[in-house]
Amino acid sequence: MIYLQLFLSFLQIGMFSFGGGYAAMPLIQGQVVTAHNWLTMEEFTDLITISQMTPGPIAVNSATFVGTKIAGTGGALAATLGCILPSCIIVTCIAKLYLKYRNLALLQGILNSLRPAVVALIASAGISILITAFWGSQAEIAFADTNWLLVLIFVVCVVLLQKFKMNPIWVMVLAGVIKTVVSLVVSVF
Amino acid sequence: MIMENRKKILMKLFISTLYLSAFTFGGGYVIVTLMKKKFVDEYHWIEENEMLDLVAIAQSAPGPIAVNGAIVVGYKLAGMTGVVTAIIGTIIPPFLIISLISVCYNAFRDNFIVSQMLSGMQAGVGAVIASVTYEMGAGIVHGKNGVSMCIMAAAFIASCVFHVNVVFVVIACGLIGALRTLAAERRVKS
Repeated sequence: MIYLQLFLSFLQIGMFSFGGGYAAMPLIQGQVVTAHNWLTMEEFTDLITISQMTPGPIAVNSATFVGTKIAGTGGALAATLGCILPSCIIVTCIAKLYLKYRNLALLQGILNSLRPAVVALIASAGISILITAFWGSQAEIAFADTNWLLVLIFVVCVVLLQKFKMNPIWVMVLAGVIKTVVSLVVSVF
Repeated sequence: MIMENRKKILMKLFISTLYLSAFTFGGGYVIVTLMKKKFVDEYHWIEENEMLDLVAIAQSAPGPIAVNGAIVVGYKLAGMTGVVTAIIGTIIPPFLIISLISVCYNAFRDNFIVSQMLSGMQAGVGAVIASVTYEMGAGIVHGKNGVSMCIMAAAFIASCVFHVNVVFVVIACGLIGALRTLAAERRVKS
């Protein structure tokens, strides 16, 4: 039964994520964290972090990660299959139609209206990731509980990315190193 | 002779997709560019213009762009057999790597250094997402298209404030896009 559930959840993710890259992130969060509680928000953020540092699409990486965690290799296969099945059917059909008629206007029209929505959805998922980083997984956000070190690291990272155009992977590694060094220093004193 | 050729194409297709998938960091947009380099410029299997349209299909259809790219190239080169070959090549590297990581994840997470690393990287990944969203959002605003800006604002409020299921937001905006395109086409015709 769990195999079927994994399959169906990732089928939805594969079917409704338009635009690649981070576009799948809000859908994965909706299925895996909100609807089924397969991952905590913290684990989900780790998953996104790991996906950034390894090759492969976020959706496929998540399918493998969640599937393995919930039901072993069989679960990973079921989830991955669910995630790519809609692509297989839809993209093959469109490719067939294209090679026959060579008209993509409607498809691109749909994408033009989806793009702004996808940006908004990514922003919304990004906000939940930051809330988890700054205040932990608990439901309540209290000003006093803010993890100011992580807020500072966040600001430094944004500056490095926007002003100095540093490679995102190095920025993330640097963020991890700063946190580790500060925690080690604090624990020594 | 033709069978021999086809086998060779499938083998090359499998190796290329496997290789591209294993070594491409940075998501779908990067991988389709590399696919174009490989299949158009290196192998001369697909014409440049046709490849550009195939890439457009891969980017505008739902699902991971890398997988979609593999499907269009595989289909163009060898039909359904090509699709299956290209997908398997694309899926194997992330599947193996993440399987390995997820087995170690629980043991890793309890280690002090690793957990501090991951916790710092949460702020880092948040910054990467913030920067990506800012650039994409700025692109939409600079487009100066009223409808697009309204869609962006409405989708954000629906998702962030009212926690509307992402699927419904996507369906609604896709429908708006289809209606806009059909209306524009009718205007051109009349």
